[in-house]
Amino acid sequence: MLAALIGFNVLTSIAELLLLVIGLGMIYGLMRIINLAHGEFLMLGAYATVVSAHAGVNLWVAMLIIAPLFVGLFGLLVERTLIRFLYGRMIDTMLATWGLSLGLIGLVTSIFGTTVRGVSAPLGSFAIGPYNASLYSVFTIIVALLTVLGLFVLLRATKFGLIVRATMQNPEMAAALGVPPGRVYMATFGLGAALTGLAGGVIAPVSGVAPGMGAAYVARAFITVLGGGAATITGSTLASTLFGTIDQVVTFWTTPVFGQVALLLFAVVMIRMLPQGITGRFFRRSI
Amino acid sequence: MSRSFLATLALMIVVLAGLPMIAGLFGLVQATLFISMAVLALSQGFIWGYGGIMSFGQSAFFGLGGYAYAIAAIDLGESTLPLALAILVPTLFAALLGYFMFYGRISDAYVGVITLTVTVILFNVANSTAGDAWRIGQAALGGFNGIPSVPPLNVPGQPDNQLSPAALYGVAAVLLVMVYALLRGLLATKFGRVVVAIRENETRAMLLGYDPRLYKTITFAIGGGIAGLAGCLFTNWGGFVSPTVFGLQQAAQVIIFVLLGGLGTLIGPILGAVAVQYLIIAIGTQQTFNANLILGIVLLAFVLLIPRGVLPSLGLLAERIAARPAPDPAPAAVEARP
Amino acid sequence: MTVRRRQFLQLGSAALAAPLAAPRIARAAAPIKVGSLLDLSGPIGSTGQPMFDAVRLAVDEVNGSGGLLGRKIDLINYDTQSTIALYSQYAQRLALQDRVDVVHGGITSASREAIRPVFDRYRVLYFYNVLYEGGVCDIDCYCTGTTPAQTVSKLVEYALKTWGKKVYIIAADYNYGQITAKWMAKYARDGGGTVQAVEFFPLDVTSFTASISKIETAKPDVLLSALVGSNHTAFYRQWAAVGMKGKVPIASTTFGLVNELATLDPAVTDGIVSGYGYFQELSTPANNAFVGAIHQKFGANVPYIGEPAATTYEGFHLWAQAVQKAGSLARAKVIKALDTGISFAGPSGPVAIDPASHQTIRNAYLGKATGGKWDVIATYPHQEPADTQAVCNLVKFPRTDKQFVVDVKA
Repeated sequence: MLAALIGFNVLTSIAELLLLVIGLGMIYGLMRIINLAHGEFLMLGAYATVVSAHAGVNLWVAMLIIAPLFVGLFGLLVERTLIRFLYGRMIDTMLATWGLSLGLIGLVTSIFGTTVRGVSAPLGSFAIGPYNASLYSVFTIIVALLTVLGLFVLLRATKFGLIVRATMQNPEMAAALGVPPGRVYMATFGLGAALTGLAGGVIAPVSGVAPGMGAAYVARAFITVLGGGAATITGSTLASTLFGTIDQVVTFWTTPVFGQVALLLFAVVMIRMLPQGITGRFFRRSI
Repeated sequence: MSRSFLATLALMIVVLAGLPMIAGLFGLVQATLFISMAVLALSQGFIWGYGGIMSFGQSAFFGLGGYAYAIAAIDLGESTLPLALAILVPTLFAALLGYFMFYGRISDAYVGVITLTVTVILFNVANSTAGDAWRIGQAALGGFNGIPSVPPLNVPGQPDNQLSPAALYGVAAVLLVMVYALLRGLLATKFGRVVVAIRENETRAMLLGYDPRLYKTITFAIGGGIAGLAGCLFTNWGGFVSPTVFGLQQAAQVIIFVLLGGLGTLIGPILGAVAVQYLIIAIGTQQTFNANLILGIVLLAFVLLIPRGVLPSLGLLAERIAARPAPDPAPAAVEARP
Repeated sequence: MTVRRRQFLQLGSAALAAPLAAPRIARAAAPIKVGSLLDLSGPIGSTGQPMFDAVRLAVDEVNGSGGLLGRKIDLINYDTQSTIALYSQYAQRLALQDRVDVVHGGITSASREAIRPVFDRYRVLYFYNVLYEGGVCDIDCYCTGTTPAQTVSKLVEYALKTWGKKVYIIAADYNYGQITAKWMAKYARDGGGTVQAVEFFPLDVTSFTASISKIETAKPDVLLSALVGSNHTAFYRQWAAVGMKGKVPIASTTFGLVNELATLDPAVTDGIVSGYGYFQELSTPANNAFVGAIHQKFGANVPYIGEPAATTYEGFHLWAQAVQKAGSLARAKVIKALDTGISFAGPSGPVAIDPASHQTIRNAYLGKATGGKWDVIATYPHQEPADTQAVCNLVKFPRTDKQFVVDVKA
C-alpha cells in the first residue's frame, strides 16, 4: 500500500511538472525563445484565479477558463509589443523577458501588496489503503493528461497545428504558401502563455500565492524543457516523467534538499550525454 | 589598439586614484563593491565577448571564490593563502567543468544551460548547510545565513595588520587595473588571437590546427579564476558571504552588466557593472515606486532602444557625430551569435 | 570627536534659538537621525511592512510629545527588498553617510548577521527587533524579540500535555529553522516525549507531497512546525488538501508571520496553535491603544500586526527611554542606561532589558487559530531569555561580540 501511495505521489509530481513546462516547451520548442518571465506568467495565472474566485466567480471557471484566457491575452500583448521586435536576437529576448519578469513582480506587488488571500483546494481526500491522498491531485493529473492530449491533437490533427509546425520548420516556405508568419508566432506565443496561465491557476489552491512565487519554478522548468529536447510535447512529457520520478523518489527516501540536488545533477549529466535533449536522440520525428 | 589601451588604462588609473580625494569613506566603501562587480563583469565579458562562451554561471565561480576565501581566512587566520585559494579553487573547478562541457562537444546554448544548472546546484547545496555538522575546520558553512564576520585581508605576513576599508579600496582598485591590463595583454598574444578566431569560426580554427576544446577550457578556467577574485573582494567588502552569491539573480545580473555595457569590449562590462549597481541602489533609496518595477522598465527600455549596449552605441553615436569611418568591426561580429 | 562636534552644534543652535518660544527649540536644533533597515518588498516584505508601520508610529509618538532631548527624530528607512547584499549596502550608508545614532532593523537572522558586524565596525548602536533563535551576545546590539526559551518551551509543553508524546518536527532549512528544531526536540524529550523525525525544507520548496506521505506513515501525535516564508504556506494548503487537517494537530513557532490567517482559509488554519510574545488579539488597554493607533494612522486594512511589529515598537521606545535617562545620544552612555534594566509598558505587556544578555524579559502567549483570528489560550508572564543567558554574560565579559550557537543536544 505504501508503494501505491508513492506511485500516486510520483504521478502527481509528474503531472505538476508537465503542466508547468508545457507552455514553456511550446514557446521554446517551437520558437526558440527563452522566456525568462515564465515564472511570472505562472504567477499571473495564479493571481487571476485567486482574484476572480474572491470576486465571486466559481473556482473551477476561475482556474480553467479565466486564468488561461487572461494570461493568453497578456501573452499576445507581450508578443506584439515586445517579442516581435526581437526574433533572432536570443540574448536580447532574454534581457527583455528578464526585464518583463521584474516589471511584473513590481507591478503585482504595487497593486496587491506582498501577500494576497488565496484559495483552498476543493474536493477533499480519499484513501489509499491506510493512507490519505488528495482528490485535488487526481484532478491535477487529469488536467495534465487532457492538456497534453489536447495539444497533441491540436498540433497533429488540425489545420492550425499543421500551419504552426510548418512555419516553425521553414518560415519562408510557409510565407510563400500564403501563411503570415507573424500571425503564427503571435498565436503560438499566446497559446504557450495560456497553457502557463492554466498551470498557474491549477497550482494556486496548493501553493503560497505571492508576487515572487515564480522564482521557485523557473530553474526546474527550464531544465526540464531543455532536457526534453526539440520535440515539444513528447520531449516535455518524457522529461517531466523522468525528472518528476527522480525528485519524488529521492525526496521520499532522503530529504527534500537531496531531492532537488539529485534532480539537478541528473539533469546536468543527462544533458551532457544527450546534448540535444531526450528527443534529440529518441522519438526524433515526434511533435 | 595599443594607443587606445594606454589611454583607457591611464583614464582608469586617474579615476581610481582621484576618487579618495573627492569621496568620503562611504563613497570608497561603495566603490569597493562596484569594483568587485566590475571584475566579475570582466570575467563574463572576457569569456563571452571574446571567447564566445555563453556561460550563465559565472556566479558559481564568484561564489566559490567568496566561500573559499571566507573559510580559509577563518581557519588559517592570515589572508594571503586564502586570497590565492579564492582564485585557485574556482579556476580548478572551471577547468573541470570546462573539460566536462567542451570535450563533450556541447553546443553553445547548452553551455548556458549547464552552467546555469551548476550555479543552481551550488546555491541549493550552500543553502542546505545550516546544520552544525557542516563545517570546514572552524568555519561553519551556515546555510542560508552564510558565513558572517569574515576577517578582512591583512598585510601579507602580518595577521594583525588588517586592511582598513579605505586601504581595501586601494587594493581593489589596483586589482581591477591589473586584471584589465592582464586581459588586454592576453588578448594581444597569440593565445588571445586564437581564442577570438575560435569564437569567429571554430571549424576554420580547427582546420588550421588549433584544438578549440583546449583553448575554450583554458579561457573558461581563466574566467573562473577572475570571477573567484571578484568573489573574494565582495566577501571582504561585506564581511560575510551567503548562498545568494550563487543565486539566479546574481547570475542574471552579471549578464546584464555585460549586455548593457557592450558585448565585445572590456571596458563596457566595467561600466555596465557600475551603472547597474548604482541604479539598483538608487532605486532602493526612494520609496515611491516599487524597485522591481523600475528596474524592469529600465531593462525593457534598454533592450528596445539601445540593444547593442551602451559602449558600442556610444561608439556608433560618436562616429556619426565625427563622421569618421567605423573602428575595428570586432564587436559587430559578436552581435549575431545566439 | 563627532559627538563633541554635534554637541557644539546643538549648543550653538540652541543658543541661537533660545529667544524663540520653548516648543520651537525642537525645530531649531538638528534632528536626531534614526536608521531603519526593513524588507518592504520581496518574500519577507509582508513581515517588514507592519514593522515599518510600528516604528513610524513610535517615532511620531515621541516627536508628538516634544521630541527626544528636545530634538525632533528623523527616521531614515531603506527598503532592503529581501536581498542580503542590500542590507550590507544600506547598513554602510546609514553608518558612514547618514551617520545615524541608532539603527532598528533586520528581519531574518541572515540579514541581522550581515549588518551586525558593520555596525560593530563603525560603532553604531543596533536594535534587532524580531523573534529569533537566540544566542546573540554583543555589547552594541540589543535583541528585543522572543527566543526559544520564552516561546518554544511553552509551546512544546502545551503540545505534549494536550495531544500526546509522539512528535514529528518540520522546519525551514536555515539557521533559525535548524536551531529552533533542536530546541523543539530538546523540550520534547525533557517533557517525556519522543521525536520521530526532524525534516528540513529549503526556503524555496513548494511541493510537500512526499513529506506529507512520510508524516502519514509515521502517525505522530503532534506536528511541530518551524516553516518560514510564503513558499512554505503551500504546506498548510497541501496538508489540508490531503485531508490530514483533522488527523494530526499542528503547533508552530512561525505560523502567522507572513499573514497566513488572512491568506489561507479558516478550514486550513483552524486549530493550529502558535507561541509568540505578542498577538494582535490581546485585549489589554495598552494593546488596544497600540492597535487603534496603527489603524488610525495607516488604515484598517493593514496586514496582521504580529510580534515583530510590536517588538519593533517596544524596542524603539526602550531606546528612547534610555536616551532620556542618559541625557545623551552617545553610544556608551545609552548602553549604560539600557543596562540599568530599562523597562517599558508595551502592547505585549511589561518589557525589560536584561543587562547580562542584551535580550528582553517579556511575556509569552499561546494562541489558537479560530475562524481567521488568534484566540489567546495561555499567558506566561515575565519569561527570561534563559537560552541566551546560559551562554552570554556581558556584565562579566563586555567585549563579547558574536552569536553563540547554543549547544542543544538534539
